[in-house]
Amino acid sequence: MSTIIKAKHQRLVLIVFALVALIGAGLLAAYALKNQAAYFYLPSELAAKPPEAGRAVRLGGMVEKGSIKTMPDGVTINFFVKDDKARVPVRFSGITPDLFVEGSGVVAEGRMEGTTFVADNLLAKHDEKYVPREMKDMTSQQAKAVIAETK
Amino acid sequence: MIAELGLAMLWMAAALAVLQLVAGALALRPGTAQLAGVVRPVAILQGVLVAFAFASLIWLFLSTDLSVKLVAENSHSAKPFIFKLAGTWGNHEGSMLMWVTIMSLAGGFVALIEKRLREETLIATLAGQAFVSLGFYAFLLLASNPFERLPEPAPEGLGLNPLLQDIGLAFHPPTLYVGYVGLSIAFSFAVGALVTRDVGPAFARAMRPWVLGAWIFLTLGITAGSYWAYYTLGWGGWWFWDPVENASLMPWLAATALLHSCSVLASRNALRTWTVMLGVIAFSMSMVGTFLVRSGILTSVHAFAVDPTRGSFILALLAIYIGGALLLFALRASTVTEGARFAVLSRESALVFNNVMLCGILGIVLIGTLYPLLTEAMGVKVSVGPPYFNPVSAVFAIPMFLVMAVGPVLRWREDKGGRITWPVAIPALVSAAALLVVELLFAPINLLPALGLALAPGLAVASVMPLRGRNLARTPLPIYGMVIGHLGIAVALFGMASEGAFSTEKLAAMNPGDSQQVGPFKVSLQAIDPVAGPNWTALEATVAASYAGGAATVLHPQARTFANPPGNRTESALLTRWNGQLYAVLGEEGEDGRWQMRFWWKPFVPMIWYGGALVALGGLLALLGRVARDVKRLVAVDKIAYRRERQGR
Repeated sequence: MSTIIKAKHQRLVLIVFALVALIGAGLLAAYALKNQAAYFYLPSELAAKPPEAGRAVRLGGMVEKGSIKTMPDGVTINFFVKDDKARVPVRFSGITPDLFVEGSGVVAEGRMEGTTFVADNLLAKHDEKYVPREMKDMTSQQAKAVIAETK
Repeated sequence: MIAELGLAMLWMAAALAVLQLVAGALALRPGTAQLAGVVRPVAILQGVLVAFAFASLIWLFLSTDLSVKLVAENSHSAKPFIFKLAGTWGNHEGSMLMWVTIMSLAGGFVALIEKRLREETLIATLAGQAFVSLGFYAFLLLASNPFERLPEPAPEGLGLNPLLQDIGLAFHPPTLYVGYVGLSIAFSFAVGALVTRDVGPAFARAMRPWVLGAWIFLTLGITAGSYWAYYTLGWGGWWFWDPVENASLMPWLAATALLHSCSVLASRNALRTWTVMLGVIAFSMSMVGTFLVRSGILTSVHAFAVDPTRGSFILALLAIYIGGALLLFALRASTVTEGARFAVLSRESALVFNNVMLCGILGIVLIGTLYPLLTEAMGVKVSVGPPYFNPVSAVFAIPMFLVMAVGPVLRWREDKGGRITWPVAIPALVSAAALLVVELLFAPINLLPALGLALAPGLAVASVMPLRGRNLARTPLPIYGMVIGHLGIAVALFGMASEGAFSTEKLAAMNPGDSQQVGPFKVSLQAIDPVAGPNWTALEATVAASYAGGAATVLHPQARTFANPPGNRTESALLTRWNGQLYAVLGEEGEDGRWQMRFWWKPFVPMIWYGGALVALGGLLALLGRVARDVKRLVAVDKIAYRRERQGR
């Protein structure tokens, strides 16, 4: 007995298989995105409604002036990220981006551990042309505060 | 003068594209042989004109003509020669001109050499190519003129973004562009074949070399881009699932699927509509990628255009071409007759399965890339990264690797399970043994790297299985191409899994004289000195690294500072051994005078790029084999015609 699929069935079988796989991919993607997408928080949002511990999120705000403290190991820093309503303590181990300075904007990628935000990565404003996407908006929201602090 | 000449040639080329489209479209009616005769020469001339326009832009950059706006904004007289050259396409307008140049040259090339296709289908294809080109001509001439003059010549240029001042830039964008734009030929072939209802093996054979060529360049471009990101960003990662990377991966996935379905159509006359559909999707993904990268909705070193009208322009082009092609597909797909049939256990089935898996991965990457843009439109900012992409794409990638191990040893049309017991059992045993070794000796390892480490050796063995029982000297080149391409995937997979499983990192603040242990390496910081390059200054660390107590090798990671435009870049230092790479980055000086240093030991990480290069080499062998066969066939046909003519006398 041949296993060759009947003529009129073959196209149908292929279409059904492809559709099932692609719809499966779509559903899987939707499910995974719900759980894995990293939401963006401002310090006040993080203080008001913190994400569950360990969930990857991004935190964007201003690096508070005078808050950067280097730990004895020489590579871990603690600082506060703030907006006009709240401030969040952040810990980061690693080499900071070149334009990471007090009083300027930063986006930290990481997670909450207790009340501290532990950052895996810091994105700072590089120059006028290359600004992290979140930060463009932030300057419009908080333009006055930023200009006052960075000037 | 040169700028005006370039612009004039660009306008003339655009006019020729209009002629090519109109003549090609009208020539589809019977009795218009004269019109049809125009299309080929016009396509060739159009390619030549654009090439001259692009050459004049290169000339302007090389001579740093500061009266041209683009040069003044992106170049600087003190740049080294190679970066003046690369600066031509290191900006929005120049890169779009390069896009159009490659597109028109490819069209001209098809017009010049394509002999297998029915003349009617070829004319329709060239008209399609002109239609696609026209949109990009309009974009270039109306919204991003590269030859615009300044009212007053600038005293000095603004220079090139330091991140782009790298030898990788000289080759990476042209390579990827040839790949992206090469797929426009597949798109036009698909459109041409739909218009003339001529979807069959001849169409697939004509299209295959173009797809192969574009795919080779895409593979090389992605591999080189990954290595470039790895060593210039100083983050130690080789793939970030950055939207720009995804933009290059999506056309590659579609082109890989297209390549394989092309070979089913060419050999077996099956999968007709599917192949046409993939031809449309592949170039659509190139355009989606361009839209994402060039529209300015993403911010990265790749996003040159901040002008929102440009984004809308590309979006409109996207809607016209993708929508138009899909509409044509919807109207004509039902008229494409059913191809040859095949059994569930056959090479066709394996290829169909993997085609669908590739499309599944493509869908996952596309959704993950677009999701942040969609949510942002609704006011919610999210980012999607490795925690989404890695596991979700693995759900489709792992079954694909399993079928990829079996497919090449299956027969076309129908096969019997008993015949392939050994070619399947041997790789399976190798993989099982590898899994056992990984779990017993190196546990605990995360699931995905462990699976990768187990699958890779089995896949490597399976990839050479098609050679068993063959006379190696008489095996056709395309078979070798397939074997080496699949082997490359196994090699790259091993590198990726090993990097994920075994990397060790060391971050420390060091005084000169201090030492640290990084995996099997002992690294000691010896000195920090200032050094100067042609257009930058740097702090350079001298680091001695000795592997497992052996002799020390000296590494020089740098932190560079550029003046024009001002900017910084870390220049990591790499020490490559047969079994891995040591990666060193110099950070900042702390308040206490110690220097931040970051090291990684990444076992077998270079195999990722060796694998990528092997995949491209496989493609090249297959292409050479196909082209050589075509040339032989043409020569044979000519000989027969010649003999007939002589006998006729």
